[in-house]
Amino acid sequence: MTAFLTARLLTLFPVLFGVSVVVFLLIHLIPGNALQMFLGTQVDMTPAQMEELRRLFGVNKPLTLQYLDWITRVLHGDLGVSLRTSRAVLPDILARLPVSAELALLALLIALAIALPVGIASALGRGTAADAAIRIAGLVGLSIPNFWLATMLLLFFGNVLPIASVGIYIGFFRNPLGNLAVMALPAFSLGVVLAAVIMRFVRSSLLEVLGREYVRTARAKGLGERVVIGRHALRNALIPVITVVGFQAGYLLGGTVVIEEVFALPGMGRLALNAISQRDYPVVQGVVLIIACLFVLTNICVDLLYAYVDPRVRYG
Amino acid sequence: MTTSRTIPGRRRTLAQRFLRSPVAMAGAAIVAAYLVAAVTAPVIWPSDPLRMAPNALLAPPGGGHPFGTDQFGRDLLSRLLYGSRVSLVVSFASVALALANGGAVGIAGGYYGGSVDGLLMRMMDVIFAFPAVLLAIAIMAVAGTATWTVIAAIGIVYTPQFARVTRASVLATRGLEYVEAAGAIGARPGRILARHILPNISAAVIVQTSLSLSLAILTESALSFLGLGTQPPTPSWGNMLAESRRFMTIAPWTAVFPGVAIAAIVLGFNLLGDGLRDLLDPRLRE
Repeated sequence: MTAFLTARLLTLFPVLFGVSVVVFLLIHLIPGNALQMFLGTQVDMTPAQMEELRRLFGVNKPLTLQYLDWITRVLHGDLGVSLRTSRAVLPDILARLPVSAELALLALLIALAIALPVGIASALGRGTAADAAIRIAGLVGLSIPNFWLATMLLLFFGNVLPIASVGIYIGFFRNPLGNLAVMALPAFSLGVVLAAVIMRFVRSSLLEVLGREYVRTARAKGLGERVVIGRHALRNALIPVITVVGFQAGYLLGGTVVIEEVFALPGMGRLALNAISQRDYPVVQGVVLIIACLFVLTNICVDLLYAYVDPRVRYG
Repeated sequence: MTTSRTIPGRRRTLAQRFLRSPVAMAGAAIVAAYLVAAVTAPVIWPSDPLRMAPNALLAPPGGGHPFGTDQFGRDLLSRLLYGSRVSLVVSFASVALALANGGAVGIAGGYYGGSVDGLLMRMMDVIFAFPAVLLAIAIMAVAGTATWTVIAAIGIVYTPQFARVTRASVLATRGLEYVEAAGAIGARPGRILARHILPNISAAVIVQTSLSLSLAILTESALSFLGLGTQPPTPSWGNMLAESRRFMTIAPWTAVFPGVAIAAIVLGFNLLGDGLRDLLDPRLRE
């Protein structure tokens, strides 16, 4: 396990290095550069003043040196300062991270709560009308844009449910029930696509396992169907689902940006979108960096979990 | 397991099986209907998607406006039809870009292996380290909103999928005996690639293309919905949905139809992808 852990963690460095380069270049490849963006269009300065500013911002140095300056500051927890509010970027992002994280986690829970029972039922009732209906529902669920589903939920529940409204947010620790009520529709909107993905995977994974020899053996030695399914088939069929959840973490993290915008939730994604409309690039840069790091770390956790559950991975 | 793919007469039976697969045919029918509607929009519904009608603001569906009108009195059906042009052009172009780049990376990595492969795959890992929608949003935020930047952003975001699929197929094919035999009798790499490897990886790539098209449609509409894709007044399904949000309680049709338009074409590509995978990959057939 230690060897596996070390090997996996070592792959982290090139990826995180690459991510930091991309995030750095994102700003520095802007046509007309970030300084121009900051100053706006009504620049009325002599070339000498311009040069002075460039020196001040450090943008007169070669790109590699600028990157080294930047990454050194990032590693010390300094993601720069917002161009609009002059506040440090990192604390502002971290203050909003719990909202986005909660949204993603709730969406995952809802997806699993739908996908596992439905997927299992679909596989066990393979070929029946119910199975066909579930498969069609799965494909439809996969095809509905989450932001449209969110909009439709607001439209249909807007007059019925007081929580189906935009712009209300209640902190979890202030009022847990109120918080869950507010987060229910956003999390559901985000979770439906994921439910469809996982459900389809559970179905095919369970069908594959049910055709395996050890399942036939379990049946042949006279075990009850409950034991065969529950102890032999499901346990093995559900392990690969972990991988799918890992892949889909990107969908969840990206989806929070869109869903937060629809429901006006004060998360990281909405912070980034507001910053984009205000051309506040350090904030955009910070959010993109933080979310990408979260995604990479999630995948590491998924791999470790997989190795923990399935010994073939760590010894293979 | 893969050798059964090379039975003679496979092409004819594949076409026949395609015609008999309800899933693939349903997907193909939906996609074909959209393509026809997008191309023939001015003929089947001769109405200007930009023309405002102050006397018919937010008119409900019916009469001269089968799908109703929006807040400027613009005909919704006409806007949906012209919006399909934008969405389809952007998604086909971006997937073509992703296919060309990802395919080249995958073939180079899979065929040459070693440090070339390592470097290319690490680059793909880096793109993969960003959630797709977020990376597309970030690219749009700095590159500005033009049609070609939308295409480039979506194309970049979905490149790694093609690289991985292509690479895996090349690796699986490269070790086959007849491919090694071709190398042994002195065939050049270019010939081996064209004659032996490309035909064998096409199945996986075709399936990936169909599934990526559905993701590209969703991403384009999400970007436009957030105001980072196609810009008003040019209609796209995403920006129509965004504009409808202020009026949807009094004019729900403005929010319902664009979403249905997106969901149906995405469903079409998903059905097509699923159907093709069942047909092309015997291992997954039930």
